[in-house]
Amino acid sequence: MPPRTLFEKVWAAHVVHEEPGGPALLYIDLHLVHEVTSPQAFEGLRLAGRTVRRPDRTLATVDHNVPTGDRSLPIVDPVSATQVRTLVDNVREAGIRFYDLGSPEQGIVHVIGPELGATQPGMTIVCGDSHTSTHGAFGALAFGIGTSEVEHVLATQCLMQSKPKTMEVRFEGRRPAGVSAKDMILALIGKIGTGGAAGYAIEYAGSAIRELSMEGRMTICNMSIEAGARAGMVAPDETTFAWLAGRPRVPTGDRWDATVGRWRALRTDVGATFDRSVKLDVEHLAPQVTWGTNPGMVTDITGRVPAPRDFEGDADRQAVERALEYMGLSAGTPLEGLPVDRVFIGSCTNARLEDLRAAADVVRGRRVASGVRAMVVPGSQRVKAEAEAEGLDRVFADAGFEWRNSGCSMCLGMNEDILGAGERCASTSNRNFEGRQGRGGRTHLLSPVMAAAAAVEGRLVDARAFL
Amino acid sequence: MQPFRTHAGRAAVLPRANVDTDQIIPKQFLKRIERSGFGQFLFHDWRREPDFELNRPEAQGATILVAGENFGCGSSREHAPWALGDYGFRAIIAPSFADIFFGNCCQNGLLPVVLAVDEVDRLLQLGATGPLDLTVDLERCEVTGPAGFRATFTIDAYRRAMLLEGLDEIGRTLKLEPQIAAYERQRDMEGVA
Repeated sequence: MPPRTLFEKVWAAHVVHEEPGGPALLYIDLHLVHEVTSPQAFEGLRLAGRTVRRPDRTLATVDHNVPTGDRSLPIVDPVSATQVRTLVDNVREAGIRFYDLGSPEQGIVHVIGPELGATQPGMTIVCGDSHTSTHGAFGALAFGIGTSEVEHVLATQCLMQSKPKTMEVRFEGRRPAGVSAKDMILALIGKIGTGGAAGYAIEYAGSAIRELSMEGRMTICNMSIEAGARAGMVAPDETTFAWLAGRPRVPTGDRWDATVGRWRALRTDVGATFDRSVKLDVEHLAPQVTWGTNPGMVTDITGRVPAPRDFEGDADRQAVERALEYMGLSAGTPLEGLPVDRVFIGSCTNARLEDLRAAADVVRGRRVASGVRAMVVPGSQRVKAEAEAEGLDRVFADAGFEWRNSGCSMCLGMNEDILGAGERCASTSNRNFEGRQGRGGRTHLLSPVMAAAAAVEGRLVDARAFL
Repeated sequence: MQPFRTHAGRAAVLPRANVDTDQIIPKQFLKRIERSGFGQFLFHDWRREPDFELNRPEAQGATILVAGENFGCGSSREHAPWALGDYGFRAIIAPSFADIFFGNCCQNGLLPVVLAVDEVDRLLQLGATGPLDLTVDLERCEVTGPAGFRATFTIDAYRRAMLLEGLDEIGRTLKLEPQIAAYERQRDMEGVA
């Protein structure tokens, strides 16, 4: 057999059926379901008289629209409450394992999948959410789908898919202190653009990827979609196996050893080729911060807001002009020193225990600047409990942060956690689109330590000064 | 699904790149549990700006949208094509589309047409000064318009057939049940999770 990439191996292992020149029917090992993109899919099944083929390969939770305040209270918004109740009814009818709002395992779907050990190397994983790419950190082929495809997977446990091209992204060199996985992926998106990887599945490789924890790899794979990629993957290694060992859904004993043996083959063969390769040196990488209205509009914290004339082509210039107007920024303004009103530490990108620990190290013994409202929304209730066991909740609360229950929260503002018009927010989330965190809200994407530093200073600052 | 063969109609031009699905349908409208009724919320925030392109008189009644590259990036929300379709759009022409959005359009009989950058630029120019009427023909894979505008496009044969016939993809896959069951048996034998 000719040398193959990791992606090609996982793809080939899941092809159920293929017609010449057509898409492949891919088998889906794990289907994650949440309340926002599933109701119409279940309704479609019902209308067609179809049933869920493999409830045992399906896992559901509520995350997108749920409140992050007091869990003992009913959901105030009647429309959100209906959507949540609809999922409860649907999963009960189908016999799907469900982590409800009161469950200690509830959380953002892309945080709990790995936590439960449901996410495993070599799997195909889908969810009606674009950040499903997160699970690629384990060497899974994981991608977001629409609601019609959710219905397709519920009914058939398969999906018709055209094979994407492959892109290798190599991060080489030693990552400086204060520079995180978030900075690496933002730098990549800045380099190739928000559509730069459209049509591709990315494999992240190189020494700087090998040195990353699973949390860091998840952050990177999570934002693959912000470069337009269909999926992002990292070949599993000892870091992966150690992270997964002992988790509820992974095999134990002899079966664990056999499984790990199989997982070790999930790597790109020597001599395998990619359709495109990109290389980034992280040796001199600075903390990144976005200045515009898509994640590709990003630069070093030590940089300045660019001018439309710095860009080529009318379309880009107009986009930058519009972005600066929306963001309330003038060209040439240094990013460091920009006052913020809000700080959000959360989301499927950056709300795992490691992220909270890193942020807490900056916050410890300091206070949130006056006039700033800062919140921490753990990625899952398990992350929350583990953080509390370490006393991180006290660190944040003592500093003046709100310590909340888990959910997608202000990453997309489907619940009550939203920005007001004109409010500027330092956010560890993944999208700075217009209105994403609230109509008229101004989002600056950055890492957890950068968000923590912004909270205590009340302005964007270089977190390296806090180490 | 409504079949798409050929469609002639008014085109609205949106000369912006990287239009994300958060703009197409903001999150506060994703709480509904129906597939219909999203058109009224299409481009909710932008439509409140008087000079927004879809508010122009010549864009009223538009059924074709011409936009910049990477249209539909961001969230996988199928509410975006639902909103575009419910508003009245049958086809979207752009130099490139985000992958998930492209697939979601095809699932809903909303034809995404990829034309070359200079061809889209030409349409954006034609539509900037006055009304623009276009014909999108999926059988011939061709877009025609005023001033002799004619451009061909490609779309993979599978998706083209699905759209032309308005096929139920799930029904089609369910016919492959024996293959799916055989695949599962094989994997069980190999002890793969």
